[in-house]
Amino acid sequence: MTTTTIVKAPSTTPAPSATAARSGGVATGTKIRVHALRYNPQEPGSVPRMQTYELEQSEGMTLFIALNEIRETQDPTLQFDFVCRAGICGSCAMMVNGRPTLACRTLTRDVGPDITLAPLPVFELIGDLSVNTGKWMRGTSERLQAWLHGDAKARDINRLEERMEPELAEQLNELDRCVECGCCVASCGTARMRPDFVGAVGMAKIARFRLDPRDKRTDDDYYELVGTDDGVFGCMSLLACHDVCPKDLPLQTQIAFLRRKMAGKGWA
Amino acid sequence: MASTSPTIAGVGLADRPRASRVPARLDLLQSFTGGVLALFMWGHMFFVSTILVSKDFMWTVTRMFEGYFIFGKPYPGIVSVIVFGILVMFVAHAFLAVRKLPINFRQWQMYRGHMKVMKHEDTTLWWVQAITGFMLFFLVTVHLYQMLMHPGLIGPYESADRVWSGRWWPLYLVMLFAVELHGGIGLYRLAVKWGWFERGDADATRSALKKAKWALTVFFLALGLATLGAYMKIGYEHADRAGERYVPASVQQGAVK
Repeated sequence: MTTTTIVKAPSTTPAPSATAARSGGVATGTKIRVHALRYNPQEPGSVPRMQTYELEQSEGMTLFIALNEIRETQDPTLQFDFVCRAGICGSCAMMVNGRPTLACRTLTRDVGPDITLAPLPVFELIGDLSVNTGKWMRGTSERLQAWLHGDAKARDINRLEERMEPELAEQLNELDRCVECGCCVASCGTARMRPDFVGAVGMAKIARFRLDPRDKRTDDDYYELVGTDDGVFGCMSLLACHDVCPKDLPLQTQIAFLRRKMAGKGWA
Repeated sequence: MASTSPTIAGVGLADRPRASRVPARLDLLQSFTGGVLALFMWGHMFFVSTILVSKDFMWTVTRMFEGYFIFGKPYPGIVSVIVFGILVMFVAHAFLAVRKLPINFRQWQMYRGHMKVMKHEDTTLWWVQAITGFMLFFLVTVHLYQMLMHPGLIGPYESADRVWSGRWWPLYLVMLFAVELHGGIGLYRLAVKWGWFERGDADATRSALKKAKWALTVFFLALGLATLGAYMKIGYEHADRAGERYVPASVQQGAVK
């Protein structure tokens, strides 16, 4: 927060072609500036600060490509997470210009030429842009018992699985697309104020198992998990989760559904 | 829960083995009281804006609420009963909604910082709702106490004198903006919170609800400003005879006969 360092790209990068096409907000070949939050909580005396890196916009450049280029050519100490680079693993979520999203699916031309990057809030900060979403997600899954609670017979692997309507299977698949990137939690004003709030990811998981006929839990059981002010009743319907979800999950619908079901237990 | 001893509740173990149903009830009641109050405010605005039609029309609507056309004479106590009902609803809503407000500097700082970087409309609108809700704690209480204690002083001259000679217009002006913003955002949030009007496409519904919300807010603000302006004008012109009751010409003639 205190100092800003500007690191220039090495001059080995080729000059922009005269035919550089303007394919989005930022033309190929022009300079972009990545302002990254630098902070290492493990290092005594480390103070959060912004550091600026300049590089050249290339065709189809994503933040994944940009950050790797910065690490390879300018600053090997910059910490960030990537695994799949295809929006599947959910590792690369970060705050891009103030909003959480997956860096690998963000084209620099759409968010540049000045791109501000920060780590996701709420989650444990590892360093710079890297956060431990896994720890939070595991804790939430354990707290919400977010796994299928079937009957004992279902554990017989030689037995045929119960049939399910294709429409229902599709609904379940839709909710299973969640990659636990943490964007919904980082975008949530309630989660920012109240660290124990389960967040949209937690509620969507419960909604998913409630839909699943193989899960034998009742609404009374689910109420035990999310029927609190840290659960579904804590949600203030700000809906940033729905708006930022990189997988476009129907979070608004699922949270409203769960709220109706859990509120129905109020006098039951 | 009923069988839980104060000792068990006191050490935070009242929720074992069955989670309390109170949070569900509080959530429902918060939505219910908020919804009723917001809809009441729409009706209220239409009633007070009858002054824009004519003094006689406003007088007729006022007397109607006092049971004049049923009992043959006005009973302002009926208004007090309605006001008391609204006051109870208002206090209940404030009590329930205050749970959501930031309660310390850390929460305040977190939300403000978050809102500024996110630039997300619904996140910002919640802040507007929180601020206006806090303002309404005080503004509405003052207004309702006045109405509770002086229910008979509602009428074309009576209200206008209160607004102008009684110097209530600054309070009403601030309250108008606070109520319309708070209520409009609140109704929109109720709809998305419970999934109302959602038919297949939640995003399209929400977009339509947002547009309707803004249209209604602008409409009621315009109607409210015009109405307040009308009372201020009547009050200004009537200032030297402040305190005089309004009696329609038809009633005056009837009394003479």
